[in-house]
Amino acid sequence: MKKIESLAKERRREVVKNLRKFGARLYDQMDNGVFPWIKMPSRSIDNIFYSPELRQYILGDKTVRRSARNIRHIRPFTQLVWGGYFASELVGQRKTSTLRDVYYSAQAYDMSFKDQPESNSIVTDLETVTGFSREDFNVFPEERSAIFGDLTIEYTVPGYEGKQLNLMSHPDGVMIGPALTSAEFIKTRADKVIAIEKGGLFTRFIEERVHKKFNALLVLTAGQAPRATRHFIHRLNGELHLPVFIFTDGDPWGMHIAMVIISGSANAAHLRELTTPDAKWSGVWATDIVDYKLPSDALTEVDIKRLHELEKDPRYKGELWQREIEKFLSIKKKAEQEAFSRYGLTYIVDEYLPTKLKETE
Amino acid sequence: METFEEISPADFFYRNRDIAGFTSPARAIFSSVRELVENSLDASDLSGIPPEIYVRLSNEDSEETPLEVGVYRLRVVDNGSGIPARHIPSAFGQVLFGSKYKLRQARGTFGLGGTMAILYGQITTHKPVEVKSSTGTSKTYEYKLAIDIQRNRPIILDRKIRINKERWRGTIVDFCLEGDYFRAMPKILEYLKQTAVVTPYANIKFVDPKGRLYVFTRATTKVPPAPEETLPHPYGVDVEVIQRLIRVTDCKNMVDFMQNHFHRVGENISLSFLEFAGFIKSEDPMNLKHEDVVKLVQTMKAVKKFSESLGDVNPEKIESLIQTTQSRNMLDFMTTYFPKVDRNIILRLLQAAGFMKTKDPNKLKPEEIVKLVQMMKKFNGFLPPDASCLSPLGEELLEAGILKELKPEFIAVFQRKPSTYSGHPFVVETAIAYGGNIPKKEEIIVYRFANRIPLLYDEASDVSVKVIKSMNWRRYKVTPDMPLAILVHMCSTKVPYKTVGKEFIADRPEVNAEVLNGIREVARQLQRYLTKQEYVEKERKRLSVFSRYLPKIAKFSTDLARKKEEPNIELLLRSVKKLEED
Repeated sequence: MKKIESLAKERRREVVKNLRKFGARLYDQMDNGVFPWIKMPSRSIDNIFYSPELRQYILGDKTVRRSARNIRHIRPFTQLVWGGYFASELVGQRKTSTLRDVYYSAQAYDMSFKDQPESNSIVTDLETVTGFSREDFNVFPEERSAIFGDLTIEYTVPGYEGKQLNLMSHPDGVMIGPALTSAEFIKTRADKVIAIEKGGLFTRFIEERVHKKFNALLVLTAGQAPRATRHFIHRLNGELHLPVFIFTDGDPWGMHIAMVIISGSANAAHLRELTTPDAKWSGVWATDIVDYKLPSDALTEVDIKRLHELEKDPRYKGELWQREIEKFLSIKKKAEQEAFSRYGLTYIVDEYLPTKLKETE
Repeated sequence: METFEEISPADFFYRNRDIAGFTSPARAIFSSVRELVENSLDASDLSGIPPEIYVRLSNEDSEETPLEVGVYRLRVVDNGSGIPARHIPSAFGQVLFGSKYKLRQARGTFGLGGTMAILYGQITTHKPVEVKSSTGTSKTYEYKLAIDIQRNRPIILDRKIRINKERWRGTIVDFCLEGDYFRAMPKILEYLKQTAVVTPYANIKFVDPKGRLYVFTRATTKVPPAPEETLPHPYGVDVEVIQRLIRVTDCKNMVDFMQNHFHRVGENISLSFLEFAGFIKSEDPMNLKHEDVVKLVQTMKAVKKFSESLGDVNPEKIESLIQTTQSRNMLDFMTTYFPKVDRNIILRLLQAAGFMKTKDPNKLKPEEIVKLVQMMKKFNGFLPPDASCLSPLGEELLEAGILKELKPEFIAVFQRKPSTYSGHPFVVETAIAYGGNIPKKEEIIVYRFANRIPLLYDEASDVSVKVIKSMNWRRYKVTPDMPLAILVHMCSTKVPYKTVGKEFIADRPEVNAEVLNGIREVARQLQRYLTKQEYVEKERKRLSVFSRYLPKIAKFSTDLARKKEEPNIELLLRSVKKLEED
């Protein structure tokens, strides 16, 4: 127990120390009569590479130098320093915030962002400079996903320190928010994680006691999984050694939801611990549409264009991915998870799920 | 049976007053003010004394309802040269009488405008004009005049001579006319303002019918030098001019005639032109007697260039050449045997020795006069006219006038070198005024002047407007919404007006080129100014960026580093400023 608490504290201390170092560096530069400057890895497209070893995107050796001496840099530079200051305040006072919040908070310091994307890009700069993700600065996403299953956690957020919760205690699942993200895992009896794209199916799985029948933790990604959720899945896989199975709609977009959980995105190439390379995409596959004779819709032009893009994406090099992309392109059809309801409401749990889990084990 | 009658010039203009700018009551009152003010300014320019002009328009219809068209009394007072007493009746009572038929730059050209105004007043109100003038002598002369329109003669109704104790000098004209002041008001005020721009050494006061006083105060007492009178240039004359010259000339031969009556024609040019035109006959060598040959040799020896290049020339040698030559005239003969001698020198020599004859100008036949004019246009040995007869305002005065009336933020003025079109010398002056009190208009404001007269009507047809429209203004950093005014002043002994009303300048290629180059020059200066302004503004913005953000970086990094004192960034801010001064 003691150990768990110190881990969270340790992480916080590290973040604060890093930010302080960042400030001190600029301070010393100015104190020596030099225009403050920083160097950080370039996030331009030509510096983003796919690493087959890490099975995720990483940044290359190219760096960019930002200097307050440069008239074009000084404004974003100031915003970045403010971002660091604001992050240190958040972490120090143990308050959480959102990207939207950051955008508005700037105005209280007579700093302004032209629009939300500008403020977001400053937060990403701060991640790149410090190597910490924004969740470490207590900046959390708006979108919320949920988890349900037999996992006991212990909170580290103020007011709840030491308090434990079993994630089966609420039948709608527990929101993966700042408190849960920073919580420590105490114990679990589950032996796998099943991630589900859609809320309807997540609820059906709970009703059908999938967690019991398959001894699984159920995670609702609610569409594209937020970074906090991807990090949470990474921890479930890494810390508790649970295999991860992902169920999405049978179309290029569902396929990519699974892929981002597995291999991450180019946008997060500067960060680690957001990917779960060993997770499996268990369905709905293009071959499932054929095998299970699922009711389907025709692929749109946009769908087809997306499939051709994914075909060339280094993350999709694997045999399964190439096979399924090819299949989608040949049948020109897609199907939603709910399509299984044509065989009755429990068919997906009774027949499809066990087959697929076994197939992708 | 049809009757034929002769009409006088006064009658002609009475019947055709449209062409002199008296089309409507509004236009008539504007033209009257303008013609009299211009006469006054011309009179002052000749005297070299800074003009004091007083103009008053008052309502003659007593206590009337404010009619649109009414009878007004116009009074113009100046301190100009004054008119000699004997000329006063004709100057104001006879159309096309005046001092302006000489070739000298002046505002008026036809001796028409002032009298035309009076004529118009007479036919609309049937009242006489009162004129008072003195040339600064011990007397002033006052006339009450009417015009006998059919005979184009002044009718003197009354005449008074008074003692001029103060030695006052100037002219006062006072008469009534029908007009529409309230329609004419904007143009009259604009006219006076622009006159003040181009006559910055004049004081002009104007009292309008409502009793409002407008004062245009001079910015300088420096009066530009008065233009000199000049002879006509051969390129610019027609048959009528030659005929008039023949009537007055004392010259008995064409060489003298050309020399004495034309601009920049000396003996050399006169001779070579007449030879080119075929107006010279030289003697047949066979007709030379012995004493003629002796005289020729004497003359040859007297001409230095000749004797140097020939060594010993004696009558016997010449006579032996005459015996053998095929030449049937002396010019041919001389140029054949003395090929090293300049043709012009031979011409002069033959002229001096009397072996060349030209006609008496009085005896030229009509077809010869026509040929003379044609050859003048073809001959390319005439010198271009010089500009001493012109009186441009000069860059300094032009600038003073614009600064005082338009009050711009930036001004550039430029005077082009004199140029000519069809034998008429002219000078173009240009100015560009930007910002300050210059209003923003959709199009560039154009102020046009000719011989210091503002041109207010028919702007679209004017050469300046055409030139301005043809230019690519973006090259000069000029954008459509800029507060910008361009001024073009053309001075010439003959301004190429398209109409008698003096409204716009015709599109002559030579004039077009000068106007274009003049405007380009000031536009380039404006461009430099705008570029500099842009740079200064950019620097100001740049500095403000540093002084805005650098303190924030200092503050946030101090807080972030948990330091107590902020780093000193003064040095950094100063280093940014230093760059600007480089």
